[in-house]
Amino acid sequence: MDFRVGEEQRELAESIRAMVAGRLPLERIREHEGAEQTVTAQQWAALGETGVFSVTLPEPAGVGLGLADAAVVFEELGRALVPGPLVGTFLAASAGLVPGAADGSAMVGLCPTPGDGMPWLVEHLASLDAGLVIPAPAESTDPILVTSLRTAPGATRITTPLDPLTPLWQLSELPEGAAQHDPGGRLWRDGAILTAALQVGHAAETLDMAVAYAKERQQFGKPIGSFQAVKHMCADMLVRAEVARSAVHAAACLVDEPDVLAAEAVTAGRTIDERMLRAAAGAKVLADEAALANARTAIQVHGGMGYTWEVPLHLHLKRSRVLATTCGTPAVLSSLLADLLPAA
Amino acid sequence: MDLRYTASEHAFAEELRTWLAATLPSLGPLPDNDDWPGRRAYDSAWQRTLYDAGYAGVDWPAEGGGRGASPVEQLIFKEECERAGAPYVGVNFVGLLHAGPTIIAEGSPAQRARYLPSILRGEEVWCQGFSEPDAGSDLASLRTSAVRDGDDYVVNGSKIWTSFAVVADFCELLVRTGAEGNRGISWLIMPMDSPGIEIRPLRTIEGSTEFAQLFLNDVRIPAANRVGEENDGWRVTMVTLSFERGTAFVGDLLEATRLLGALHAIGTRLGLLDDAGLARRIGHLVAAFDALWALTKRNVSEAARTGVPGIGGSVFKLSFSEHAQALGDLAMEVLDRAALSADPLKGDGVPVGNAEQVHNWYKSINLTIAAGTSQVQRNIVAERILGLPRAR
Repeated sequence: MDFRVGEEQRELAESIRAMVAGRLPLERIREHEGAEQTVTAQQWAALGETGVFSVTLPEPAGVGLGLADAAVVFEELGRALVPGPLVGTFLAASAGLVPGAADGSAMVGLCPTPGDGMPWLVEHLASLDAGLVIPAPAESTDPILVTSLRTAPGATRITTPLDPLTPLWQLSELPEGAAQHDPGGRLWRDGAILTAALQVGHAAETLDMAVAYAKERQQFGKPIGSFQAVKHMCADMLVRAEVARSAVHAAACLVDEPDVLAAEAVTAGRTIDERMLRAAAGAKVLADEAALANARTAIQVHGGMGYTWEVPLHLHLKRSRVLATTCGTPAVLSSLLADLLPAA
Repeated sequence: MDLRYTASEHAFAEELRTWLAATLPSLGPLPDNDDWPGRRAYDSAWQRTLYDAGYAGVDWPAEGGGRGASPVEQLIFKEECERAGAPYVGVNFVGLLHAGPTIIAEGSPAQRARYLPSILRGEEVWCQGFSEPDAGSDLASLRTSAVRDGDDYVVNGSKIWTSFAVVADFCELLVRTGAEGNRGISWLIMPMDSPGIEIRPLRTIEGSTEFAQLFLNDVRIPAANRVGEENDGWRVTMVTLSFERGTAFVGDLLEATRLLGALHAIGTRLGLLDDAGLARRIGHLVAAFDALWALTKRNVSEAARTGVPGIGGSVFKLSFSEHAQALGDLAMEVLDRAALSADPLKGDGVPVGNAEQVHNWYKSINLTIAAGTSQVQRNIVAERILGLPRAR
């Protein structure tokens, strides 16, 4: 057992960070705020070329790594606020659902099912080659792939989406799609874990921003980071990020290491699917919470500047809000978790 | 990242599981919590059983007489013992986890030979004299004085929060031998039968006598009982802390997970799980305890490669203590009026399961205070990990 981020994984994260700094630096990302398309085909292709969507596909088509490695990659994408349907495209690539998803020549979004009486709200619709409807983990229906989203009749663009980098369309109905075979609910499982990994990236980045600001900002003649009230907020941010990261990495490792998962299921007196669901749902719940709470806390540490458009903290807060609504909300998943305790 | 155990780790776990299954059924019933002689006898017998089977001091290095197990094996040992329901280390806590490791690292050959074997065999019990009524979080301001007189130190002062004092043979004692602050402190071994020691039990909010206060009046302690150099006791104490391999709370965490399951069963029996709010709070704790188990594995992995659990130690304690309190508070709500009784209740002839939840609620309140308050932990995290300025 060596449950640390390994040397090769650190190098992988470093390479993603370098690629993003070159192709999708924050100032370039922010040029698209409020646009109909917030990530260009070239940028998407650059992500594909780096292997972001094909981390777990076998070589030579893919990178041939595990979901834990993908989690490391997605944490970096979250940190850097990279826009676009990252998780949907990854899932379509890994399950071979849409040609071109793996190399970044196609974009595939997730279409979370609305509550009763609510409209469909689809992200990045103008850029999508396809959309995926993934049933909640407790449901026994098949996932559905919709390929005619861009031409969906009656799609209305939302003029003020919560996240200016996640454009949004309203639809009264989703176009017909094709049911997909998804043994073991793999799509939801990997989607929840990678969405959680993005959230950990947001939680880590807003922590770093808060700490940097607390060291530099002077009031009453000293850095505000010397005040315990501020220190303790920063310490709590670290705790939330680290605990959530541990959960995400553990869930990803259980995907990569079926023998460990099987043993854990025996210990818990549960089926393998139940044990996996517990790990993935727990990771999503804690990562959503860490990302949202850390963004809020970082804004508080920044004082009035944190409430401005200029400081990108609001972008992390808004993106985290978007991500919290996909692959299971914390409310739905924590309800499920209550019934997944180890058998007494 | 790899959660897989090696073949030898699997073998270690398998052998231990077999031994526990064969050994535990012959154990007698647990003594009452306030029956200190009974607790000492019970815990010492268990320690002797471990010793005879080669499991005493699993986390001690071989040169100290321990098993010299790797951090991962230490984790396996604690996990298997907890899952099998083996006795807790109990009155041997200070000897095995604190005084013993200190003497291994800093004691003289004579001190090691005198004290270590009897700790491993469960023959001698230790207690801790660190905190004082006026020196808690600010331990380095301690004032219990030790004045050299011939071959002895003459010690005067008071110590507090001393667990196991009434049954202990020795006390690891921090005293002031020099200047103020952490450079004037020495680490002494105080025999508990020395004249001049008064032990006054302290009642906790639960009504138990878990702690005591010690009053030391002209207690003579041989200078030969000093571990390390005079005035070097602070460093000696810090060395002890470096023995932590990230497994300190494994038992508490697995116990909390078990209690959460028991609470879920109580809620189900009472038909309360239809309340979405309650179900979510339980589910959230499932996620948190699972994540802390994963964090434990990361900390142990870090300790296995670098010798110390890294930043995860403080992170773990801060998060676990708060989630354990959330569990305690939730249990009190679910039990409703059954939580007003610390005696085991029955409803319709079925045990309610209230007593262990109420006991855990009490215990959880102390988790954000003992072994470094959460406020001090946050300062440590902010200053040492995040690099925020030390001025307050």
